[in-house]
Amino acid sequence: MTTEYFAVAFTILFTIATSVPLGRYMARVFTGQPTRLDPVLLPIERFVLRVTGADPADQDWKQYSRSLLLSNVVMWLATWTIVTLQQYLPLNPDGIANMEPTLAFNTISSFTTNTNLQHYSGETGLSYFSQMFVISFLQFVTAGTGMAAAAAVIRALGASRQARVGNFYVDMTRATVRILLPLAVLIGTILMWQGTPMTFEGAAKATTVEGEAQTIARGVTAGVVSIKQLGTNGGGYFGPNSTHPFENPTPLSNLAETWSITIIPMAMVVMLGIVIRRARVATVIFATMLAIYLPLVGVAIQQESAGNPAIAAMGVDQSTGSMEGKEVRFGAPLSALWAVTTTVTSNGSVNSMHDSMTPLGGLMPMVGMWLNNIFGGVGVGFINMLIFVIVAVFVAGMMIGRTPEFLGKKVEAREVKLASLAMLWHPLAILVGTAVACYVWATTADPGTALAWLKNPGPHGFSEMLYEFTSAAANNGSGFEGLGDNTPFWNIATGLVMLLSRYIPIIAPLALAASLGAKPAAPQSAGSLGADTATFGLTLWGVIIILGLLMFMPVAVLGPIAEYLAL
Amino acid sequence: MLTELIAGVRFTLVTMVLLGGVYNVALWGIGRLVFHDQAEGSLIRRADGSVAGSALIAQRFTRDEYFHPRPSAADYNAASTSGSNYGPSNPDHLAAVRGRLDAIVAREGTTPDRVPSEMVTASGAGMDPHIPPAAAELEVARVARTRNVGVDRVRAIVAAHTEGPTWCFLGRSRINVLELNMALDAELGAGASR
Repeated sequence: MTTEYFAVAFTILFTIATSVPLGRYMARVFTGQPTRLDPVLLPIERFVLRVTGADPADQDWKQYSRSLLLSNVVMWLATWTIVTLQQYLPLNPDGIANMEPTLAFNTISSFTTNTNLQHYSGETGLSYFSQMFVISFLQFVTAGTGMAAAAAVIRALGASRQARVGNFYVDMTRATVRILLPLAVLIGTILMWQGTPMTFEGAAKATTVEGEAQTIARGVTAGVVSIKQLGTNGGGYFGPNSTHPFENPTPLSNLAETWSITIIPMAMVVMLGIVIRRARVATVIFATMLAIYLPLVGVAIQQESAGNPAIAAMGVDQSTGSMEGKEVRFGAPLSALWAVTTTVTSNGSVNSMHDSMTPLGGLMPMVGMWLNNIFGGVGVGFINMLIFVIVAVFVAGMMIGRTPEFLGKKVEAREVKLASLAMLWHPLAILVGTAVACYVWATTADPGTALAWLKNPGPHGFSEMLYEFTSAAANNGSGFEGLGDNTPFWNIATGLVMLLSRYIPIIAPLALAASLGAKPAAPQSAGSLGADTATFGLTLWGVIIILGLLMFMPVAVLGPIAEYLAL
Repeated sequence: MLTELIAGVRFTLVTMVLLGGVYNVALWGIGRLVFHDQAEGSLIRRADGSVAGSALIAQRFTRDEYFHPRPSAADYNAASTSGSNYGPSNPDHLAAVRGRLDAIVAREGTTPDRVPSEMVTASGAGMDPHIPPAAAELEVARVARTRNVGVDRVRAIVAAHTEGPTWCFLGRSRINVLELNMALDAELGAGASR
């Protein structure tokens, strides 16, 4: 296993190292400075903005939020129409039927909120046309929406007496055309080289060596997979996502995809340091994130490598770890690394089946989503972190009896209220949602329907429902897929949670940052509370663990921990 | 408000064409020109041009002259792939594992401690094309016996089809079952003395 642990360390270090140059590039793009890729990409950006025809002037946070919401509504309607009519549209060689309306509501809400929770299976649920013009399209623009919002927030933090935060369409176009598009072409090419299909031909018909007929679904896979990873989308082309050998054919493609999950969220923190001209603040935040990410990875790897005690009891050679739901080419440690990486960011793609992880190994992805700010989704993860920074500043200020301030701006009642709103929404959606699901499950008139929800009995069945709402609220999209989730209850309940959990935590922090940006920056003095020290990092770490995690302790005990103790 | 809405519609249309259409077609073009076989799904064709399968997709092998792939929760249906989604404590799951273990112990004439867990657990997508070297070693004797050849000849073919970790550290050592079985047929004759 030693080489496998080395592969994990290499993947993490390589991603951290490359996030620095990418963060520099992103800072240049979002502050309008020239870059080396301008000759190719600038004309495309200008073309998109010209066709859009929106006023390119800077907006205040209300105008910015309105553009963001309106554009997202239009995208929702356009793509919902496509999937419900896909049977009548071109590029459908396998004759896929129209999507049922509540499933379409869930699917489109899921993809416009960057969640990519999937209650359908790609190879049987979507035509090539839908995969391209709905899935791949939304995976670009929703990631762009998150990055635009984060860019506006970061700009506001760096501003002084400035009510305007930037222009939504300019930010959005820059994020998609100048950052996501070139990276997606690069990763897509690597994936095709490794074996990911990219074809308009329908499923291949094979006659196996033993003479059976085998139909092999394929399609425009490489295009979807590369952007699903880079945009922390996570919506797979095929049902089992990047566990499927076509989506993730080799250890090298696995490296490229794991890298793609965290590279932009990491680069976002680097970009913060450059735009607000305080590299130390960014370093403290980055280090605090790592100080939560690495222990989660460590526990998950240890648990998955140790294997399933119930299988060990049968005397099987389990020296390679728990392999149910995992693939030989990745092995347990790289699967555990992915499981944590995809859930601390809001990606949600999988390279193993999370439902089959060991109890505590499977708890780590849930912890990642409960926090949802350790690197986090492209853009939104950073925004979630900002909420905790404001709360940490407030708590620290209260403890030492000084006026709380961040980056020289006073943090007052308005900011703390907005931060609390965004912070409390997340546990509210998860815990109330799970409680309602348990109630519906326990009281449903037809036990046959209810039991069909859960693939697994006992505490693990509870974990399946808990995971589903956690994933929806975190805009993550991974699942304990044993849950029979394509029912009207799950489609509509998680659809609503995804929509609210997307826009509340974007707009409240945007208002918060704008409110800070409008204030004058006071010069640092000996009495200032520095956000660039190890002490502050430790405080932030403690606030994240205590406020972000403690309220989930009861459900963790009811689900994964109870299962662990019983196994 | 109306001008805002029009901008939203126009932005949606132009990016849908660019990021849904042009981007995917451009990648498809790169695939066609540079990685043609992979882009079509890494299909393996026989001499007569018929498709025997994909190098990346597991297919069912049950006969004794072949090495067997990992268990598949999707029953090797490559048009509807999935994992088992069994939790580690599920009695159905543990019963399935026990059943596979008993079958392997009987078929290979071995003891449970020589059976790697990969061969009694369902793979992630049900399409895992690989088995670990320990699994091949477990089946070598049976394959050689059925084919009436020496164990060493089969072992040599297995060794030739064992792929190490990429760059010596990425991923695990593994053997592609379909390629291995086709190599057996090519070198030792198809279904020799069944």
